[in-house]
Amino acid sequence: MRRWRGVAAMTVTVVVAVLLALAGCGGGDSGRAGRELVIYSGRQKALVDPLIEQFKQQTGIATSVRYGDTAQLAAQLLEEGAATPADVFFSQDGGALGALGQAGRLEQLSQGVLDKVPARFRADDGSWIGTSGRARVIVYDPRQVHEQDVPDSVFELTKPRWRGKVGIAPSNASFAAFVTAMRVLRGDAATRDWLSGMRANDVQTFDNNLLILKAVEDGVLQLGLINHYYWYEEVAEKGAAAVPSRLKFLPGGDPGSLVNVAGAGILRGSNQNAQARQFVEFLLTEQSQSYFAQKTKEYPLVAGVPAVADLPPLESLRSPQIDLSDLNTLEQTLKMITDAGLT
Amino acid sequence: MTPATSTDIGTDLPATAGPLATAPPERARSPRRTGERRPPAVLLAPAGLAAAVAVVPLVYLAIRAAEGGLATVVKVLVRDRTVSLVLRSLALSGAVTVVCLVLGISLAGLVVRTRLPGRRVWGVLVVLPLAVPSYVAAFAWLSMFPRFGGFLGSTLVLSLCCYPYVYLPVAAALARIDPAHEEVSRSLGAGQVRTFLSVTVRQVRPAAAGGGLLVALYVLSDFGAVALLRFDVFTRVIYTSYRSSFDLTPAAVLGCLLVVLTVLIGWGENRTRGRAGYARLGGGAARRRPPTELGGWAVLAVAWCGLVVSLAVAVPLAALGYWLVQGTSAGLDIAEVSVAAGSTLGVSALGAAVAVALALPVGVIAARYRGRLGRLLEQAAYAGHALPGIVVALSLVFLAVRYARPIYQQLPVLVLAYAVLFLPAAVAAVRASVAQCPPRLEEVARSLGRSPAGVLRSVTVPLAGPGVAAGAALVFLTCMKELPATLMLRPIGMETLATELWGHTDVAAYAAAAPYAAVLLLLAALPTALLTHRWGSTAGVSTNAGAP
Repeated sequence: MRRWRGVAAMTVTVVVAVLLALAGCGGGDSGRAGRELVIYSGRQKALVDPLIEQFKQQTGIATSVRYGDTAQLAAQLLEEGAATPADVFFSQDGGALGALGQAGRLEQLSQGVLDKVPARFRADDGSWIGTSGRARVIVYDPRQVHEQDVPDSVFELTKPRWRGKVGIAPSNASFAAFVTAMRVLRGDAATRDWLSGMRANDVQTFDNNLLILKAVEDGVLQLGLINHYYWYEEVAEKGAAAVPSRLKFLPGGDPGSLVNVAGAGILRGSNQNAQARQFVEFLLTEQSQSYFAQKTKEYPLVAGVPAVADLPPLESLRSPQIDLSDLNTLEQTLKMITDAGLT
Repeated sequence: MTPATSTDIGTDLPATAGPLATAPPERARSPRRTGERRPPAVLLAPAGLAAAVAVVPLVYLAIRAAEGGLATVVKVLVRDRTVSLVLRSLALSGAVTVVCLVLGISLAGLVVRTRLPGRRVWGVLVVLPLAVPSYVAAFAWLSMFPRFGGFLGSTLVLSLCCYPYVYLPVAAALARIDPAHEEVSRSLGAGQVRTFLSVTVRQVRPAAAGGGLLVALYVLSDFGAVALLRFDVFTRVIYTSYRSSFDLTPAAVLGCLLVVLTVLIGWGENRTRGRAGYARLGGGAARRRPPTELGGWAVLAVAWCGLVVSLAVAVPLAALGYWLVQGTSAGLDIAEVSVAAGSTLGVSALGAAVAVALALPVGVIAARYRGRLGRLLEQAAYAGHALPGIVVALSLVFLAVRYARPIYQQLPVLVLAYAVLFLPAAVAAVRASVAQCPPRLEEVARSLGRSPAGVLRSVTVPLAGPGVAAGAALVFLTCMKELPATLMLRPIGMETLATELWGHTDVAAYAAAAPYAAVLLLLAALPTALLTHRWGSTAGVSTNAGAP
């Protein structure tokens, strides 16, 4: 018995030492988190990291970013409640911001900031603001589908012609916002039918829009539901001749032509309030708006900053007449997508 | 969970000394007297802590699932999608296991039993896939063949990553077979083929079954490959559900169901395992069997080995090389890669240290105090075997956000996940190493006047130390390659090689992903080489020796 007392004592020492070391790391980290601006970004790192780097360098504000999926981060923010380390939520979708605003988790933005953006691209209650616009489109492979055969409405995608040929990203917030728009425009029953119809039609699911675009270009898919800017970015990178896919902007106010925003809101109870406001204002500067226009090929929302020339003008898009503030029922939409067996 | 038997690293080591001694080693080694003793409290307390750490995630996940209400739980369980998930997961697991058995047994037979040209080299080459994480292999195949994916693609990639699990124990078992059995069979008139099927295969069956079980369990828990190849099995759906919904009850319920499935498979394997003993009776040592001449078949045999190795190792390396060149021309961010490599090494070292620290008391009790309590503690520590990374991560997210706010989203939670997941490997290493140093040596040292601490220093540590260190290296390797838990639990702003690789691959930025994959392979290759060199050709090794 005594023989093992030495080993045991050593073991206890090691365990205690390691736990203490861990606690030390933990304490250190959380201490730091309290002193820096924490952004939860539902936008992909590849898209926005350069801009956030510019913000850091220009303001000298220590900033750390948690990248994730918009819906996941929104759910996390709700679960964390007042104790969240986050100061700013940079969302891929107005609906997720709306859900947080409705739950009372966002602070009121100042009127001066809000006025920089047209009313249709920000919250009615001033709890969040759009920072760039994006249109839902159908991307197609012209080698497999003639331009005139690309459907005018997403409701045609449940037909046998498209069985197994269409790609969606059901866990993506932009897709969820489009489904919410469908619910607002056509009602829950029709939307549920469409989702289960898509599933029954062997719709292919991907993690994100980029993978859909790639699958169309590889000839794996014929059509895909994505946001417009992924395609324009690729054209900018490789040249139009090297990009085999084409886009179709749907006519007639179809839910598939929704113009949504990426946007930002400030978390209630943020201990970095001033810095958080500075960040939101930074996103609305000419510099950032030009970044969204030139680098991510989105629609800038602040007056005076033009979109890139080859984009169809924002006013020409036949987006459904929807108040983005009405897209705040994200939770029900996500549940519907799950119930349809798509996530 | 009972894969313990097949995963006790090195328990078989002493067996190589005595021919075919596959009797349960712990009974042979520890006399009854020590088996009955109650472990001292000072050992029991930390062991209890370790067992609790291992079991808590599972328990809490069940609680969290139940909180959703019975109606929700039932609704999730009975929907069509859940049923098809179970079937798909089992189909994939079954298919990969069968392919791995074919690959593993055929390669082991060729390398161990025949005069295969260059068999020593092949012996090294065929275990190399252990260093290739499944998501790196998936990334490589996908980047070259965009249509690659689904059931067939996942089966191919996972099989090529996992067959060493079968190869290693089967090769070890083949090397230990006493040729006398086969000679008897031949002398009684059975032909070569019949002898092989009825005598040889039967003798390696336990080893093959153990390896097959590891493959089946690994496939159920694999996340990276199936996610990239878009095959909807449990892990992918749990992850999608976690990241795309407000209500996390379905994810928790599916996590519990996955655990049940895992436990059932382990239990089933245990039930069907033959009870027959294959021990050699009689004194003396077995002869070494002369290797079979292949004659004209040598070309085919080499072609087979070459095919498997090139698909499993050369293809990923070639793809990686291609993208590396592409990526370097586009500008390589060395600083970012080194930061990720640094955090990978750091967090894996922490994970290995905590896992081994927690494993020490459990392993010592398991080796020295075999009572009911000791067994219970050991079983609890093995819970990690039944817990896929994604399930542990999910449970710890729930736990931390509610009860451990200060460390929520901090490093300790991730390290804890590693400890839970890889505690079994660490416990097995500690137990085997401690069991290997005979208590009598310590008693002799005591009787010669050494103090207990002196005994520890001069006898126990030198004897058990290397084994424990090897176990730590194994856990370290496995931590480096871990993806799902790292993805979900990493602190804000921290990226490891695995998560950077995932982030880039997930947007099809293959050139940007390649440097991370290359560094990860390099780092993983070192401990893999060490471990396979130590055990590779002799023993029935290697639990998660590099879970792909």
